[in-house]
Amino acid sequence: MRILVPVKEVATVEDEFEIDGTEIAEQYLGADLNEWDDYAIEEAVQLREDGVADEVVTVTIGPEECEQTIRQALAKGADRAVRIWDDALEGVDLLDVGAKTEILSAVVEEEDPDLVLTGVQAGDDSFGATGVSVAENLSYQWGAVVNHLEHDFEGGIASVHRELEGGVEELTDIELPAVLTIQTGINEPRYASLRGIRQAQQKPLDVQNLAELGIDEGAIESELELTDMYEPESESDVTTWEGSSDETAGQLAEMLRDKGVAQ
Amino acid sequence: MTDILAITDHRRGELRDVSYEIITAGRQLANETGGDLHLAVISGTVDEFAEKLNREGVDAIHTVDHGEEFNHDVYAQAITQLYDELAPQYVLAPNSVNGLDYAPAVATRLELPIVTDTIDLATDGETLIATREMYGGKVETTTELEGSAVATIRSAEWPQAEGTGDAAIEAFDAAIDEDAIGSTVNGFEEIGGGDVDISEADVLVSVGRGIEEEDNLPLIEELADALGATVSSSRPIVDNGWLPKNRQVGQSGKVVTPDVYIAIGISGAVQHVAGMKGSDTIVAINTDPNAPIMDIADYAIVDDLFDVVPALTEEFQ
Repeated sequence: MRILVPVKEVATVEDEFEIDGTEIAEQYLGADLNEWDDYAIEEAVQLREDGVADEVVTVTIGPEECEQTIRQALAKGADRAVRIWDDALEGVDLLDVGAKTEILSAVVEEEDPDLVLTGVQAGDDSFGATGVSVAENLSYQWGAVVNHLEHDFEGGIASVHRELEGGVEELTDIELPAVLTIQTGINEPRYASLRGIRQAQQKPLDVQNLAELGIDEGAIESELELTDMYEPESESDVTTWEGSSDETAGQLAEMLRDKGVAQ
Repeated sequence: MTDILAITDHRRGELRDVSYEIITAGRQLANETGGDLHLAVISGTVDEFAEKLNREGVDAIHTVDHGEEFNHDVYAQAITQLYDELAPQYVLAPNSVNGLDYAPAVATRLELPIVTDTIDLATDGETLIATREMYGGKVETTTELEGSAVATIRSAEWPQAEGTGDAAIEAFDAAIDEDAIGSTVNGFEEIGGGDVDISEADVLVSVGRGIEEEDNLPLIEELADALGATVSSSRPIVDNGWLPKNRQVGQSGKVVTPDVYIAIGISGAVQHVAGMKGSDTIVAINTDPNAPIMDIADYAIVDDLFDVVPALTEEFQ
């Protein structure tokens, strides 16, 4: 069984930052492996360690700079990686779900995996829709917000738990091939070992552009346009205690005693 | 073509609150375009649900009587057929776990753009302007798109529709292709339980990502002991396996309403806030003065929890 794991390098933002037009000014941005995708990689690697999967391949849409993040995924145990980039993607403010679906679908068709595992959402733009959209586009089955996956795949079925709201899980059987979007907490993602990090440097990382994937530039034009970005207005009427830690702790203690706590 | 089709959500025989919120969101868009608001209620006791959904502002309710519980294939098929029949400008769905399990498929099937997790929507009939958050709520953005679209709405952002409507309730005879159904829902499982019910606690000392390491948890436990309080947490602590699932406060965990909720090192993601905003008094201890938790806190200490928590514990020992 081959597992494809779409992985995103997401932008992280410092506590204090400035906005420049419809972007956060670059000096306040960092980059990291998308938290949800980390769990998807771990699940895929565990399936290979359990002897269920033969190969774990990651795919990332991103420029060369994100190869550091891709190597993180390889260091955690993915076998090889595909990176998609194209001049046509430079300067796109917001790559929408439709565009990502076109690109990732082409890679899924090329790789022909039995299972696609990806994060529920990305920590930056948080659409939470690409996995299901790719599945539908390719007539794969799917399950969104999966927080438990049985590893036996008896009869070509993925038995999953979907995490619903309010502490309820849905138990669902899904036919393969399928796309599952993975929720945090499904496993404990490993840290890359030094050996893993060394090995990751040697693992294949294939770079392709849109033409090589047979995608017309027009097909990835975003239908969504980001027109404004601003800091949300605070509706806070919070009382903030000032002073040393001992002083603020004292003020909080007084408030708690007034409320009858610990008496 | 300026009508709105809004999809409702239910589970285990109960309509979920977002079903009434989506009426408000849909009515607002319909008012802006001068169109009609159509609701769809799919699976379960649809006639009973339709009666309850018949609130002010709803023009028509389409019931699809097929199966007891949610199945995304049934939803996707029924909604695309309703879309073909009604030709609405916008399809609205809840940004719930189930909404995210069918809305992207519906958009793809109908070749429509999708914008998810919206907290505000506006239209002039041509352009849809969606307000969303990015970077975990640090910024809000507006996103525009032309023509028809699928949009999902975040729960608790629009008020619930009230009053009694005079909607036409019609059974929609969707042709569900059983062979195209590739997933089967076998049941549900309640998680949590265990030794402690955090929803019963009067005082909660709740810990988040700011605690950094599992080895630091005793700091929080000592404070809880000193206060006679119960320890709860935000999602990352449970994801890391540092506390059991029954301690998790939030959308996918427990909803709590204690007299005092002390949020320590919790930034206040919307999913967390959904679970604790009903607390009587909320105290936040956090290094980031702009963390979303500050918007709902009554009292705050902007400082390092590793300095404040031991000092507070000492006050009560």
